[in-house]
Amino acid sequence: MSDSTKTTVTPESLNPSGRADAQASVRTYRDYGTPLWRRILLTREMAIIALLLVVIVVAISTVRGFDRPITITYLLLDVAPILLIALPMTLVIITGEIDLSVASIVGLSSVLLGTLTQAGWPLEAAALFALVAGALGGALNGFLITVVGLPSLAVTIGTLALYRGLAVGLLGTTAVTDWPEFWTDLAKDKIGDSPFPVIMIPFVLLAIVFIVLLHFTPFGRGIFAIGLNDEAASFSGVNVARTKFILFVLTGVVSAFAGIYFTLRFGSARGDNATGLELQVIAAVLLGGVSIFGGRGAMHGVIAGVLLIGVLASALRLANVTSDVINIITGVLLVLSVVSASFLAWLSKKRQRPGGRKRGAVSAAQA
Amino acid sequence: MLFHTRNSGAARVSAIAALAVSVALVATACSGGSTGGSGGGGEGGGGDVTVTFLPKNLGNPYFDTSSKGGKAAVEEFGGTFQEVGPSEATPDAQVSYINTATQQAVSALVVSANDPKAICDALNEARDADVKVVTFDSDTNTDCRDIFINQASAEGIAKAQVDLITEQIGDSGEIAILSAAANATNQNAWIELMKEDLAANHPNVKLVDTVYGDDDDQTSFDKTAALLQSHPNLKGIVSPTTVGIAAAARYLQTSEYKGKVAVTGLGTPNQMRDFVEDGTVTAFALWNPEDLGYLAAFAADALVKGDITGKAGDKFEAGKLGSFEVAEDGVVLLGDPTVFNKENIGDFDF
Repeated sequence: MSDSTKTTVTPESLNPSGRADAQASVRTYRDYGTPLWRRILLTREMAIIALLLVVIVVAISTVRGFDRPITITYLLLDVAPILLIALPMTLVIITGEIDLSVASIVGLSSVLLGTLTQAGWPLEAAALFALVAGALGGALNGFLITVVGLPSLAVTIGTLALYRGLAVGLLGTTAVTDWPEFWTDLAKDKIGDSPFPVIMIPFVLLAIVFIVLLHFTPFGRGIFAIGLNDEAASFSGVNVARTKFILFVLTGVVSAFAGIYFTLRFGSARGDNATGLELQVIAAVLLGGVSIFGGRGAMHGVIAGVLLIGVLASALRLANVTSDVINIITGVLLVLSVVSASFLAWLSKKRQRPGGRKRGAVSAAQA
Repeated sequence: MLFHTRNSGAARVSAIAALAVSVALVATACSGGSTGGSGGGGEGGGGDVTVTFLPKNLGNPYFDTSSKGGKAAVEEFGGTFQEVGPSEATPDAQVSYINTATQQAVSALVVSANDPKAICDALNEARDADVKVVTFDSDTNTDCRDIFINQASAEGIAKAQVDLITEQIGDSGEIAILSAAANATNQNAWIELMKEDLAANHPNVKLVDTVYGDDDDQTSFDKTAALLQSHPNLKGIVSPTTVGIAAAARYLQTSEYKGKVAVTGLGTPNQMRDFVEDGTVTAFALWNPEDLGYLAAFAADALVKGDITGKAGDKFEAGKLGSFEVAEDGVVLLGDPTVFNKENIGDFDF
């Protein structure tokens, strides 16, 4: 933030009437400046977190059995694949791209794990192979998008079908269900006496890595810059192609890891594992306040978005609401969150217009 | 910079309003949901038998009928009935519902398994929490349920379908199978037995292809079209799934193949009535799913009350269906499938 303020001031101070303009921009900065608590609390991310808390409170007080610790365990076991994939997906969507092939990579990694262990590989080696395959899958996406220059929507619709086809083709009509008990138990195990499943350890580690990467590194600032305007980002020294390529590879690896977890948790490698998961991931990321047009979003909002969908589904299931109704509610929530954001943006823009003349003068001076 | 600032100003306003709107929405949705739920299973506390039916997926007429039978039985013995299930017939989706039943501490769970092994651990967690597990229609491995209600022996079902198709095509020519999901336990068992029966007793009938419609109407419809195009000499299609046979018959009804290609398999009378009456389909078979659900619910009740434990030789009463005995591996057999044709289809309504 402060970096970009400086850069807008610098050209103005080179201006003949630099002094007056500099004053104007100082005033502008104070005008728009808001106290820290407002900047942190009054955001879309915080709205989602607040909503999550409200839903949890409502669920605890009205849904019988929701307040038991086992709920947390099952809930986190259920949403873990979405939580994991949402991390790199957030970065991809902030650059203005999208990756629809993640669920197919989950399926492919599951099938590779299955066929290789069936062929006598130790599980650890098969898992490593699956991760490499995930990276290659992501790299293919990245290559087609950044080097060949195709739109990510088209590319990943293609690879969605391609990777799913490979997965189903490799294993055919069978499912691999023989796994070393140590690993299937570990996938469902809890950390000590706490209700938190073991899968939360790699998730928290990955979350820390991705939060630091997105919010506290030049690489992360590059991601936001690409999403706002990739040409401008390119001119200001961001290697757009390399950044996007890395993000697609990361998405592939994390999806493959989610596939390994998915396989072990359900004890079954099938070609159709996790079909449709990509939509749940993208829905959660958008619900978490990431703009589908890129350039805006924050990781804490996304994590809250995933948990919100998970808590809603878990509570409604406990209240015997059918899956179709759960899907309808999640869908309506997503549409409302996207629509309300753009509607209110439009509204506040309209509201600003009468008094906007003064600001318009400033912006003219700045431009 | 300015653009960015103005945008975040808008975001602030939008955040407050978005919060208000969505809180209101979710609060309503949640309280609405939980009132609905307490109507269904809320009173299950005081020593009452709560039976939860978990079919492969919801919105499938076959399971609607079995649940209807289950509900009738539960009402007969004075318990609480509830039906839950995923919209897609996948094992991972079923696991969430099994976990939920465990959390709700229901008395018994009646499941049609989407995978024999994948849902095992979840079922055993439920059994550890003192939930009795009855499988019906599609079994799990024997060590993760108490009793399996078998709709008909696999041999009986396979034989009924092979008899129907060979009779309809004159015991020679090419046939194909339109199945449900590629991993469905029962489907694959029947297909294997049909292959054996065909090889042993019908050497002139050749099974040229097996395709999977995933128990989805549109997919099954498309697969039927593809089958007929890729095998021009096809004389018959066997679809051992209610969704598949109806979709195949619907395709044939309006195609040039009507009357030339025979369709048979397992279907419900209500779905197949039109096709049987207009001659698209001559005859098909099925057990009565309503009886299947009815028997499963009574078996669950007998387990909960401790009348049976699921070992071979245990006997229990199942209302109007009479007395049943548990066979080896905790299997209870419903009976032989019924064949439906123009003459008798009017007598059935499910």
